[in-house]
Amino acid sequence: MSLISPADQERLREEFAKMTRPVRLLFFTQTLGCETCHITQQVLHELPPLSDQISIEEVNFVLEGDKAAQYGVDRVPAIAVAYVDGDEVKDTRIRFLGTPAGYEFISLIRAVLLAGRGRPPDLSEAALTRVAAVATPTTMHVFTTPT
Amino acid sequence: MLAHEMAFASSHITAFAVEATEFPDLARRYRVSAVPKTIVNEELEILGALPEPAFIDQALGSAPPTPESDE
Repeated sequence: MSLISPADQERLREEFAKMTRPVRLLFFTQTLGCETCHITQQVLHELPPLSDQISIEEVNFVLEGDKAAQYGVDRVPAIAVAYVDGDEVKDTRIRFLGTPAGYEFISLIRAVLLAGRGRPPDLSEAALTRVAAVATPTTMHVFTTPT
Repeated sequence: MLAHEMAFASSHITAFAVEATEFPDLARRYRVSAVPKTIVNEELEILGALPEPAFIDQALGSAPPTPESDE
C-alpha cells in the first residue's frame, strides 16, 4: 500500500511534470544496525512511479565508503539530491539525514523540484548576491522533527 | 528549506536537514533542545525559523557595506 494518498500522488505528478531534467536521489543505507533505513527506502520508492524523471540510486554505506565520503555522508539513512546533466551526475549539495517524513517529506519534494527544474532557487536577488559571494566551504545542519 | 536553497545556489555551501530524534548523538553534540535549530560550520547557532534576510545575515554574517556610487 502506498504511503501517499491518491490525491497527493496526483498533485505530486502534476508538480513533477514541470521538471526539465532527471533527478537522482542517492540513498545511503545499510542492512544491519539501521532502524530507519527500511522506512526511508519505502518513502523514497514512492517517488519514481510518479515521474520518470526521478530515480533512486542505493549506495551501500558499508561497502561504498568512498562514495559516502565523497558526499560527506557519515551516518545513515542519508539522501543526497543530484541531477543528471548529459552523462554527468551533478551534486546539489542538498542532504537529508534520517527519514524524510512529515515536514521533511515536504522539504524532500521541494528539493527534488529545485534540482529538476534547473532554474534559480527561490531566493530574493539580495539573498542570491550574498550567497554567490560565499567563497569558503560552508556546512549547515538544520535540525527538525517530523511534526 | 532555506538552507537547501542556499546550497543549490552556491557550490561552496552544503546543507543537511537532520531528523533530530533519529540522531540523538548529533542533537546532544549541538545542544538541540528545540527545533528548528541550524548549526553553521559546526559552531554558529541559529534558533528558530527566521525570515530570509535575517537567516542569511546570521548564517553568512552581516551584509558587507554597499560601496558608495560617487565616482
